Amino acid sequence: MTESVPILKIGTTLLVSIQVDLQDDTALQLQEDLADRITRTGARGVIIDISGLEIVDSFIGRMLAAVAAISRVLDAQTVVVGMRPAVAITMVELGLSLGGVRTALDVERGLAMLEPDEESAEDVLLAAAAEREQR
Amino acid sequence: MTTATLERLAVSTDADVVRVRQAVRTFAQQARLSLVDQTKFVTAASELARNMLVYGGGGDVEVEVVSDGRRTGVRAAFADEGPGIPDLDLALTDGWTSGGGLGLGLSGSRRLVGQFSIDTAPGAGTRVEIATWSR
Ligand SMILES: Nc1ncnc2c1ncn2[C@@H]1O[C@H](COP(=O)(O)OP(=O)(O)O)[C@@H](O)[C@H]1O
Ligand SMILES: [Mg+2]
Repeated sequence: MTESVPILKIGTTLLVSIQVDLQDDTALQLQEDLADRITRTGARGVIIDISGLEIVDSFIGRMLAAVAAISRVLDAQTVVVGMRPAVAITMVELGLSLGGVRTALDVERGLAMLEPDEESAEDVLLAAAAEREQR
Repeated sequence: MTTATLERLAVSTDADVVRVRQAVRTFAQQARLSLVDQTKFVTAASELARNMLVYGGGGDVEVEVVSDGRRTGVRAAFADEGPGIPDLDLALTDGWTSGGGLGLGLSGSRRLVGQFSIDTAPGAGTRVEIATWSR
């Protein structure tokens, strides 16, 4: 077994950035660790950044779908972000649909998907600041 | 720069499957495959190496750069001395698995590569060969 993938906690969101090619047992370990961290922290969202992954085969695809399903049961949402275009093309041809998995282009957009309320609050503040500047 | 034109790797652990992906990537680059074709080929190799490990009890991978004088290509062979595949048509059906997989490894990898062939018989092991040529 290689070393495990670190899980960061930002507010009510867990962030996992997969930086290296995952071997199967490490991927399964990550799936278990995430379920554990969601229950222990009461996290409402999980962002899995796969921009570092050069391929997503059926094993990793199944892991991503499993994390999404498990988090849903634990009242949290998972968003997979950063998929490379070549990976997306390959996954579709392989036959992997990732049906129940929400995706976003990058971490920022993933966060916005998870925290629409806070995001709009921020927008309000920014708009207010911009207005002040104009005066 | 001198580059290897053939490499043999033994697969008996999850870490070996990662090594196969990395070696196959290097050869696919040497064969001047496009990024998408590289990604497809490496993904297929990952599926086949895992099958060898999970169902074939481990085996050997041979990967090489090939040339027909006009184009270059990458070829990889996955050979195990496991139980073989009793019903190949069934095994090649999308979604069919005898274990707990997604049943996309064989059928999907066939779609991802230029050439795909299987030699298998009950009790006589399995040998899968794949190749993709540069365009
Ligand atoms: N090398 C092999 N040796 C024996 N059986 C195999 C081998 N590769 C594949 N199979 C059989 O073919 C089935 C389909 O394989 P695959 O499409 O990769 O799906 P999965 O691995 O998800 O089961 C496997 O469930 C297994 O029964
Ligand atoms: Mg398989």
